[in-house]
Amino acid sequence: MRPEGLKLIRKEIFPTIFCSGCGGGTVLNAFIEAVLNTGIKQEEMVMVTGIGCSSWIPSPYFKADTLHTTHGRAIAFATGVKVMKPDMKVVVIAGDGDVAGIGGNHLIHAARRNINLTVFMVNNYIYGMTGGQVSPTTPFGSRTTTTPYSNVEYPMKAAELVAAAGASFSARWTTYNIVQLIKGMQKALTKKGFSFIEIISQCPVGFGKNVGMRTAIDFLKYFKSQTVPIKKAQKMKPDEIEDKIVIGTLVDRDRREFTDNLLDLNERRMKELGL
Amino acid sequence: MQGDESVAYGALFAGCNFFAGYPITPASETAETMSLELPNTGGYYIQMEDEIASMSAIIGAAWGGGKTMTATSGPGFSLMQEAIGYGCMTETPCVIVDVQRSGPSTGQATKPAQGDLLQARWGTHGDHEIIALAPNSVTETFELVIEAFNLSEEYRTPVIFLMDGEIGHVREKITFPDPEDVKTFPRKKAKKGDTLFGGENVPPMSHFGEGFLIHVTGSTHKGNGMRDVVSQSVHEELILRQNGKISDNREKITMVEKIYDDDAEYSFVTIGVSSRPTLNALRMAKEMGIPMNFLRLKTVWPFPIKEVEELGKRSKKIFVPEMNLGQLSREIQRFTSCDVINIPKIGGVSHGSKEIFDIVRKHIGL
Repeated sequence: MRPEGLKLIRKEIFPTIFCSGCGGGTVLNAFIEAVLNTGIKQEEMVMVTGIGCSSWIPSPYFKADTLHTTHGRAIAFATGVKVMKPDMKVVVIAGDGDVAGIGGNHLIHAARRNINLTVFMVNNYIYGMTGGQVSPTTPFGSRTTTTPYSNVEYPMKAAELVAAAGASFSARWTTYNIVQLIKGMQKALTKKGFSFIEIISQCPVGFGKNVGMRTAIDFLKYFKSQTVPIKKAQKMKPDEIEDKIVIGTLVDRDRREFTDNLLDLNERRMKELGL
Repeated sequence: MQGDESVAYGALFAGCNFFAGYPITPASETAETMSLELPNTGGYYIQMEDEIASMSAIIGAAWGGGKTMTATSGPGFSLMQEAIGYGCMTETPCVIVDVQRSGPSTGQATKPAQGDLLQARWGTHGDHEIIALAPNSVTETFELVIEAFNLSEEYRTPVIFLMDGEIGHVREKITFPDPEDVKTFPRKKAKKGDTLFGGENVPPMSHFGEGFLIHVTGSTHKGNGMRDVVSQSVHEELILRQNGKISDNREKITMVEKIYDDDAEYSFVTIGVSSRPTLNALRMAKEMGIPMNFLRLKTVWPFPIKEVEELGKRSKKIFVPEMNLGQLSREIQRFTSCDVINIPKIGGVSHGSKEIFDIVRKHIGL
């Protein structure tokens, strides 16, 4: 981290609670770099998080106004914050269990409204804080503590879901693609409308133990071998990309966002009422 | 106008500028009225994807500086419980309207009931105190929801507004006051260096974007808002203070309507719409030469212990007509030693006056 980044963290709380090899630190570092590069001031930011390991990335370590909420509801809380504080940068960082699992419906509807929130969903493939149970993003066939014989469900493709639901920006990167991840975060932080990055991250302790990847290096090598840029993926057959991690920007479009629409409505009414 | 509309206008007079909700019978008219009026007053209406999201959004909006409200009925109120606990733990002022309908589950969706009394008190998990108010007319709905907002600000806590489907849908004449005559309680704002989550009983609050870089969490936290989820003393101090700020002010928060007769040996205690046939029954009793006392709890929680204890001392029997199977009666029994006779009515219709009076007569042997 650059020295300027130190003012963006609550140093007094370090060291972090993250397990050895966790991708959470990488995501925090990338986020701080992205914030520094965009020039957004911490006084203008609100961090909203849920429950789980990934929610600890911003809360308490990132130093800004912070609302650490209930499990799965970060986006719903953030919606209320954003409507009252449309000029602030409201950012959700939370995990796959939180955002895609219990809070999946809020994700879809926030993307549909295209509300000007930034959501970084850290996908470590499992419920880490509770000990490594299967999540909606766990790959088919994986062993977890609640799929001891193998996962018989298909994983959710969250970035595609968000793109289809109407968001302005949706992308997927991994903790291996760190440069692209930082650039993607900068793009997401400055994009008007709902912006979303699914960040594939490693959990050597909670997930790796059950799938034979016990170190961060094992995961990063796996990400390197499994990632396929979106342009290449578009030319591949569905069964060829079934187990791959498609990376890149899935959607980047200009579409009027929700709080602007809400303010327009109020302005229109004020005019009609002659106020 | 309807009670559901009147609660919306009361909220607007109280300064409500953010409403998030989800349609549900018999509370939808409140959302409709808010969606109609908020854009005219510079406020914001948002229909969320469910009641969990609605409750979450009004808490988020409160930290963004809003005076916020949601409205629902039993099934939605059940869904909101976790976030209501978050509101208690983070000491977030907001108002939750529950227009009670007949349950459990979908029950009689269009019919009134008073079955959420104890859910309002104990619905969310863990040790907490709650403030809940119950009106019995369209005009009182308007007046009392303003009190609900004021109490939520004064004690920095969620306040439950317990209507019932009957009061929500009944149409009555109402005269709005001059907005300047409406007393509102201003939010106590923090200055730099203030403790936002401890210290005094009701700490001052700051909003996002005011430079405090505050940390708000539903986890056990210290006065500075930072988590400490392992120290017994931190949790105990936090929870005792949060509970104390309401229970220590029980009598200040208590609002009741009393019609007492010095010669009476028998009494009624009621809430909400049940008070209306009960008042008729009171008149019938008087005409028959049986003087009775009448106590209506506008404040349901914190429970008006002193009022109920006093009434218990002057009564041989207390009759409790309520539209559930005895939730209020059970609470009254805890604070009285006289006979407490539950007069339940479920199935979506309110008591008849004669029905109440006949039960009273039977019990006093007339």
